[in-house]
Amino acid sequence: MTNDRIIGSSVPRKEGRDKVTGRAQYVDDMTLPHMLYGATVRSQIPRGRIRNITFGPEIPWDEFVIVSAKDIPGKNVVALIVDDQPCLADAVVNHPEEPILLLAHPDPHILPKAVAAITIEYDPLPAIFTIEESERSSEVIWGTDNTFKRYLVEKGNVDGIWEKADYVVEGEYRTGAQEQLYIENNGMIAAFDPLQGITVWGSLQCPYYVHKALMALCNLPADKVRVVQMETGGAFGGKEEYPSMIAAHAALLAIKSGRPVKIIYDRMEDMAATTKRHPSRTRHRTAVTKDGKILGGEVEFAVDGGAYATLSSVVLSRATIHAGGAYFWPNVRIRAKAVATNAPPHGAFRGFGAPQSLFALERHMDRIAQVVGLSPVEIRRRNFLKPEQTTTTEQTVREPIDLDQLLNHALELSDYHAKTDRFAKQNQVGGIRKGMGIAAFLHGAGFTGSGERYLSSLVGVEGCADGSVRVLVSSTEFGQGTKTVLCQIAAESLGLPYEDVGIAQADTNVVPNSGPTVASRTVMVVGKLVQSAALGIRQTLTQGGTLGESYSPEEFRSACQNHVATHGEFRSWARYEAPSDVFWDDEKYRGEAYAAFAWAVYIAEVTVDLTTCSASVDDFVALQEVGKVLHPVLARGQIAGGVAQGIGYTLYEKVVWQNGRMQNGQMTNYIMPTSADLPTIRVFFEEMGNIHGAFGAKGIGELPMDGPAPAIVNAVEDALKVRFDSIPLLPEDIFEALAADSERETEPQPAGGGR
Amino acid sequence: MRSDPADYQLIAPASLQAVVSLLAEEPGAWLPIAGGTDVMVLYAAGKLSASKLVSIWNLPELRHIEVLPDEIRIGAGCTYTDLREHEIVKREFPLLASAAGWTGGIANQNRGTLGGNIVNASPAADSLPALLAYEADLILVSVRGERRLPYLDFHTGYKQTKLAADELVQAICIPRRFSDYFSYTRKIGARNAQAISKVCIAALGRLAGGVVEEARIALGSVAPVPLRLAETERIVKGKRLEPPLLALARKTATAEIRPIDDIRSTMRYRSAVAGNLVAEFLERLSPGGPKT
Amino acid sequence: MTSSVENHVRCELSLTVNGERKNVRVYPMERLLDTLRHHLGLTGAKEGCGEGECGSCSVLMNGTLVNSCLIPVLQARDADIVTIEGLATGTRLSALQEAFLDCGGAQCGICTPGMILAASHLLNKKPEPTMEDIREGLSGNLCRCTGYIQIFQAVAEAARRRATT
Repeated sequence: MTNDRIIGSSVPRKEGRDKVTGRAQYVDDMTLPHMLYGATVRSQIPRGRIRNITFGPEIPWDEFVIVSAKDIPGKNVVALIVDDQPCLADAVVNHPEEPILLLAHPDPHILPKAVAAITIEYDPLPAIFTIEESERSSEVIWGTDNTFKRYLVEKGNVDGIWEKADYVVEGEYRTGAQEQLYIENNGMIAAFDPLQGITVWGSLQCPYYVHKALMALCNLPADKVRVVQMETGGAFGGKEEYPSMIAAHAALLAIKSGRPVKIIYDRMEDMAATTKRHPSRTRHRTAVTKDGKILGGEVEFAVDGGAYATLSSVVLSRATIHAGGAYFWPNVRIRAKAVATNAPPHGAFRGFGAPQSLFALERHMDRIAQVVGLSPVEIRRRNFLKPEQTTTTEQTVREPIDLDQLLNHALELSDYHAKTDRFAKQNQVGGIRKGMGIAAFLHGAGFTGSGERYLSSLVGVEGCADGSVRVLVSSTEFGQGTKTVLCQIAAESLGLPYEDVGIAQADTNVVPNSGPTVASRTVMVVGKLVQSAALGIRQTLTQGGTLGESYSPEEFRSACQNHVATHGEFRSWARYEAPSDVFWDDEKYRGEAYAAFAWAVYIAEVTVDLTTCSASVDDFVALQEVGKVLHPVLARGQIAGGVAQGIGYTLYEKVVWQNGRMQNGQMTNYIMPTSADLPTIRVFFEEMGNIHGAFGAKGIGELPMDGPAPAIVNAVEDALKVRFDSIPLLPEDIFEALAADSERETEPQPAGGGR
Repeated sequence: MRSDPADYQLIAPASLQAVVSLLAEEPGAWLPIAGGTDVMVLYAAGKLSASKLVSIWNLPELRHIEVLPDEIRIGAGCTYTDLREHEIVKREFPLLASAAGWTGGIANQNRGTLGGNIVNASPAADSLPALLAYEADLILVSVRGERRLPYLDFHTGYKQTKLAADELVQAICIPRRFSDYFSYTRKIGARNAQAISKVCIAALGRLAGGVVEEARIALGSVAPVPLRLAETERIVKGKRLEPPLLALARKTATAEIRPIDDIRSTMRYRSAVAGNLVAEFLERLSPGGPKT
Repeated sequence: MTSSVENHVRCELSLTVNGERKNVRVYPMERLLDTLRHHLGLTGAKEGCGEGECGSCSVLMNGTLVNSCLIPVLQARDADIVTIEGLATGTRLSALQEAFLDCGGAQCGICTPGMILAASHLLNKKPEPTMEDIREGLSGNLCRCTGYIQIFQAVAEAARRRATT
């Protein structure tokens, strides 16, 4: 069954009908009998010791369930990697909004009054809020030196290149925090039964992460913890690790009260208290020949991880590996670190470190171009990775990717050369400046290095009594199309109609651990396992003699029904096996970092209105090579949505911080683009196949997050001929830069290094 | 949702008369709520200090537009959508029609009222500069009857107005004499829709014999109240719009305003952009200047 | 704090929801969104922000699009409300619902009920909208997943289909 009947066509979204009719059940749509509502009492200071807690007399406290750290049956930890993050602060708080107490009551309306009636007195401790303050270590808030993790990547001989360089180009680049802003806030319902244990239902990406965290917290064995994913209204990484915290809170209240408890955050709480994209700082120092070839360079990369380690080491890992981008670095040294500050821990957000390091790199490439006197197009052509060359981690590019051709294609689609010529003339007069900017990049799909081996994902496919087939995975749907694509894969593998394949709700009582729904791995890695498991179902039936080697869907259905009638429901399992030729050294951070890279060239056309200094994107070409497009509408939707978030990241979304707390935690003040702000995002695909992915697919969910920021800022610089090295880039920033530039115009140009 | 509905009273008298009687009985005790687009946001955030509310939504006495030969009378209960869809408002009062189209999204335009925008008295309110430029009059009503006062005099300080504790804004009256004026209005927000303004301008101008016969320039978000730039208007009046005058106008405008740093923007940015908008208005007003 | 905070009374009121007359006993300041979701079990309207910015609570009230999180239920007395649950006729989906399915207008689905109602309101006023009309008509409904492109396509497609039936 190899012709693409289902793969490659835009079949209906599996759960689409429920979504367009309002029947889809999100966690806040669900109530349980005798359910209580929960709320969280949080720290108002960034760092200090809790001295005293007073419960105001106006609240009938005997009606409430009150939980503190002392009520935790197991370990007071939200288990993830380092296990440093408490579920509830006990003696010390390390960030604003850190949870201290939990309250539950039958009437949700009384909860805000109750929270407000609790007074907590602290002995404040000095707090730190920036990467610079953290690395200075004058105040140590974590470990011995505020550093969660370091990586060092070394290739070739970096120290020997400087004397050979015609140019040494330096730059420092910064990115700000970004809020995931899923339209559905975080929420959980928990219920506890002494015999069955704890069950939670919620908005989440990774049921087994929550499962692991609850086991440790509640001191319960695996079969006494059940996690069920409800329809999830957007996640983007913001519901990768955080749900473990809110699930833990709901669980503690449920255990203490003996009743189900629902906790739903409102927007202000969700924005202020939960994870955001890690702010970053990158320093590049690059040795370049006069022909524009990179001899090598040093990259110093840092992310602000907030107060606890959570996922910072993994974000750092991806950022480090992507720091060299789609170019050939004969020599490189990348020093990367994740540092602690007294802000709520930063966490996963689509791209997961790569948008940060790739922003820096792609801005830096334009800087190099200026210094050397080449165009942004030419500098890239001269340094693109070619097949058989190695990346910064010495992974050999084994597929016939031609980035030069990809760039040509993008230039053509965006009418780049004609526009840059036209804009150069038009920009001489008037109050509008236009520019074009390019970003060329790659994104590794799946877990880094030995990660997939460590995950050891397990997938099941089940033959059902009615003759249909059901996919069993812990991979979750949150808009990106998991259910649809995995059913497509199973259907295609078995030669069945798409309608004959279903997928189980992600319930840890029912589905195996196919790994977290992150890292752009679901279609590629989990999909390939679905393919194997599906073929296993067929094999059971053919070996059982009820199905021939070739068969019609009706024959399959019959055989399956018969088999179930005789033997009961049957399943076939597939477990991940790492390809034998994939080798990764965790110590030296060298080797095959990812099973597959998707490649892309994005081109942005921007307008800057000099009256208001605001930049807007007028046209955006997103061209990527993705192995194989399994579902055109879903794939286009992923790219368009990711580019939209990237445009937000660049031009609109700014987290305003004060003493570690987000001040603009409302949709009116944290600005994401509306339908009136985005251009038509033009999406194009090339397909080269991928031996490691289902039907040749590569992961694409996060790829579109990497390109927009540098492409747009490159375009703004092209329009204004003024340097911008940090995002978000708001009109106020453009205004200040133009004002400073016009002051500078009267001074002599600094020598060396170029602009 | 940080408020408890059980803590609040809301009544909806059937007539304007009943409402003003209530306000007179207990001045300051009852907060009028029309479309709710301001009040309900405070309520949900747990920041609504009033616990007794009286609904004035959809009262017929407040929600109609009367077109008279010399003026238009817009009921304070008219929504932004009502304004956007009214032929005369669209044709003769484009500053107001544009402002109505910039406020919130469609759903909020269907509920937000002109009276609410005025009484809430935010310096960032979208429709207020237009009312200043048109020199509207307000008709205020209470049990003591109606009184009419120039909108120019209405704001006395940040979120302070001349509205008495027992009064409502009943109608907004705008003279019908601007059809042959050049109109210019722009709102600068953080995005193209659903944005609180960083700066906004509503301006009218007329030339006669190549000189400025009249210029009215109103700005929002650059002072504790929406502002008419009286000084800037004075220095351009009677003059030719040549580059030196435009430069002086920009400078004068920047000196007249008092913008601040806040969560949305900075003083320096607001100042510069306000100057740019004034200059752009005057450039477009000039004979031979670009009209769009 | 004194104990003189009065717990005010609930009131009886009627409203029509999706063509059916409903009687509820509610506090007058209860948000229409909460009345729909909790008293009437119509959970299609969602709370995304509670401040009238995201539009995921949008419903039609007397034929106009409103944010139900900003409406005290007393002001909806005797009103005619249409929620997402009222768009399909039995199992037959509306043109907009079908178009959203065909064009990828719904990803995570949380903005979808409000978005479809906003589109419905737009098409009722402008049966042949331009792309500008569509952008403006939906500008009060935030979507974080799609980048809006496929939503615009869905609305345009629905307009085309409605015109040809």
